[in-house]
Amino acid sequence: MTPTIRVQEAPFDLSAESALLTAGRVDVGGLASFVGLCRADDGLSALVLEHYPGMTERALGRIAGQACARWPLTGCTLVHRVGRITPGEPIVLVLTASAHRMAALESCAFLIDWLKTDAPFWKREEFADGESRWVAAKDSDTEAAARWTKGA
Amino acid sequence: MQVLYFAWVRQKVGLAEEQVSPPAEVRDIAGLIAWLAARSPGHAAAFAAPKQIRAAVNQDFCAFDHPVAAGDEIAFFPPVTGG
Repeated sequence: MTPTIRVQEAPFDLSAESALLTAGRVDVGGLASFVGLCRADDGLSALVLEHYPGMTERALGRIAGQACARWPLTGCTLVHRVGRITPGEPIVLVLTASAHRMAALESCAFLIDWLKTDAPFWKREEFADGESRWVAAKDSDTEAAARWTKGA
Repeated sequence: MQVLYFAWVRQKVGLAEEQVSPPAEVRDIAGLIAWLAARSPGHAAAFAAPKQIRAAVNQDFCAFDHPVAAGDEIAFFPPVTGG
């Protein structure tokens, strides 16, 4: 199974991406999805996402490879948008499919936790008053990713 | 070597990338940061607080004691905030 990994400016379609992991198959018992959306915190008017072309795909591929090694997945899709994203729009999609629910649910959580700490994306917030600031990394994100290595 | 800058590091340096040829005594990321910081006021501002900077050599995250060599692709950026 080869994971699908895309970095794109365009929005994505959850239903269409999900269908690609289940169409024509009878071995998928569970499909888990995570969609990260842009919130309008503090009068935010847009997020502008920048990434490191080349390294981004490499990092996402490594994270997806770790998930595939750890859980018996039949399908895995990572789509991350870049460019200007307005509140209410989707930013990131993680889809995992497996014969059983626990593998799908756990691998989906693992992927979004690691994507947040190990893939080279940066968010800049733009506000209605013209102000702009870079988002600071959160310790809580690092801790969320680290819980997957405890006791390993 | 090719040096790339992202996010606020890029804004402070004033460049997205540059080709540099540091002297032989620049052997690792920490040495490269010290050498780059002396190139311009923008570089100095970008590298004023190295603890806020992350680095990659040839598209892999690395520590500041990672060696650097001619021909490497080296990137400097803030901690990542995707997802």
